[in-house]
Amino acid sequence: MIIHHPLLGPRDAAEFVYLGDASLINRPDASADDAAEQFYEYQYLRDNVAGEMRELWYHEQGDRSWLVVTRNTLTHEISKVELARDVARANGRDR
Amino acid sequence: MRYSALQILKQGLTGNKGWTPAWREPEPRTEYDIIIIGGGGHGLATAYYLAKEHGITNVAVLEKGWLGSGNIGRNTTIIRSNYMLPGNEPFYELSMKLWEGLEQDFNYNAMISQRGILNLCHSDPQRDAYARRGNAMLMAGADAVLLDADGVRKLCPDMDFDNARFPIKGGLWQKRGGTVRHDAVAWGYARGADERGVDIIQNCEVTGLQINNGVCTGVDTTRGKISAKKVAVCVAGSSSRVMSMAGMRLPIESHVLQAFVSEGLKPTIPGVVTFGAGHFYISQSDKGGLVFGGDIDGYNTYAQRGNLPTVEDVCEGGMALMPNLGRARLLRMWGGVMDMSMDGTPFIDKTDISGLFFNGGWCYGGFKATPASGWCYAHLLATDQPHETATQLRLDRFKRGRMIDEKGVGAQPNLH
Ligand SMILES: Cc1cc2nc3c(=O)[nH]c(=O)nc-3n(C[C@H](O)[C@H](O)[C@H](O)COP(=O)(O)OP(=O)(O)OC[C@H]3O[C@@H](n4cnc5c(N)ncnc54)[C@H](O)[C@@H]3O)c2cc1C
Repeated sequence: MIIHHPLLGPRDAAEFVYLGDASLINRPDASADDAAEQFYEYQYLRDNVAGEMRELWYHEQGDRSWLVVTRNTLTHEISKVELARDVARANGRDR
Repeated sequence: MRYSALQILKQGLTGNKGWTPAWREPEPRTEYDIIIIGGGGHGLATAYYLAKEHGITNVAVLEKGWLGSGNIGRNTTIIRSNYMLPGNEPFYELSMKLWEGLEQDFNYNAMISQRGILNLCHSDPQRDAYARRGNAMLMAGADAVLLDADGVRKLCPDMDFDNARFPIKGGLWQKRGGTVRHDAVAWGYARGADERGVDIIQNCEVTGLQINNGVCTGVDTTRGKISAKKVAVCVAGSSSRVMSMAGMRLPIESHVLQAFVSEGLKPTIPGVVTFGAGHFYISQSDKGGLVFGGDIDGYNTYAQRGNLPTVEDVCEGGMALMPNLGRARLLRMWGGVMDMSMDGTPFIDKTDISGLFFNGGWCYGGFKATPASGWCYAHLLATDQPHETATQLRLDRFKRGRMIDEKGVGAQPNLH
């Protein structure tokens, strides 16, 4: 698989470390009343979709940036690559 | 028909015209006591033990493809019970004991071959860890022997003992480990279940679960609606897809594991050998092919095929352990979709939906578990109580902080 890094261009997926579902960016609020339940779901439960999935890849053998890759888990086709930083900011995070 | 030497003789003398199909091809009925979704090893074993041990025969196994099209027909066929943690080891040792009597029990040649499994160690701390594991195995009634380098040399003289970075210092040897003809396991269980009245229905995909007021009453399939008092999901790599039909999210990710077979060679490895400094394992089939594999690819997938970086990594591990492997040609390679759980340990449990049961999370190690998985799942379905060796294989164990993490890497499925 070739990942088109927004800053570095096409890179072999072997340069990256895979973390999983991009929803892991959205850490639950630790002060919420149901924080324990929210953290359980965040940490352990997964959608594990068959089809288009947004996921986190870390460019360990490169510039060490986190990317959000949109990839089809049935075909391995990659349709979109974004900097995780940009995705988080678009969600209202400050970094 | 009972298979025996006498039967072969009799059929041989009468032109081999009397052999009958190993199982029927029934049309699905509209109702069963128990529906098992998934005709892999575990689903078929469950049906067999439901019929044989519990006398429950109004059972259907629904398989979307053909028997053996899933991981039961794709694995590297290794059986072993060299686990360490209390929630795991008694279960895998039960499985080993069931393997030992299986061929007589279901009257089918599954080519069970207890040639042993050897886990190599390359450093003093690793040897200490294996000593601890070996003791845990002995306490659970399994067998284990700690070998020094000379002991290993006697078994496998052809490995790179004096590797500068990872010299072979010894190994943990389980003599009762080995390999089994994987498809024959599916066929043997299918035949045994069918003989006792279970309907095995191929080309029948479950497309929906009928759930009303928290009770599961049946399934929708590509061959129509079928009602059941109990629905038992047993679909390995497709676990999340099927359970999402019940609105459930699982502590599971689907990943691909690849396997490789070389051309046939003269006997060179006695049993199964695993490299302790990288992820690589190898055995030799009865036809002489070297069967080997390593890590999962590491990204979510349902594609049943992997990528080249993992192929390279597996071959590097092989070359580090057995440099002579470089002279063998690769015949073929393939992949299967693994239901990787958050702690590397499976589930055999009820769900919060009445009448809906779940068996899955087998990771890359569910073949060895096939007999015990069927045994324990049948026990749960028949008695509504978990089997004594499966009391900890529960879906809510993460919520309760009772994960069974053999490898100690946490909730990161691609590292288990
Ligand atoms: C390359 C590879 C090597 C492996 N090596 C080993 C090993 O050496 N030792 C070991 O112990 N384990 C090994 N494993 C793991 C082992 O094969 C699996 O854990 C085990 O086979 C899973 O259980 P099963 O046999 O029931 O799965 P499967 O055979 O996959 O059965 C699940 C079945 O469910 C069916 N299904 C899915 N969805 C539906 C639906 N909606 N409706 C109807 N049917 C459905 C599928 O078609 C499939 O036939 C390996 C796996 C792979 C891929």
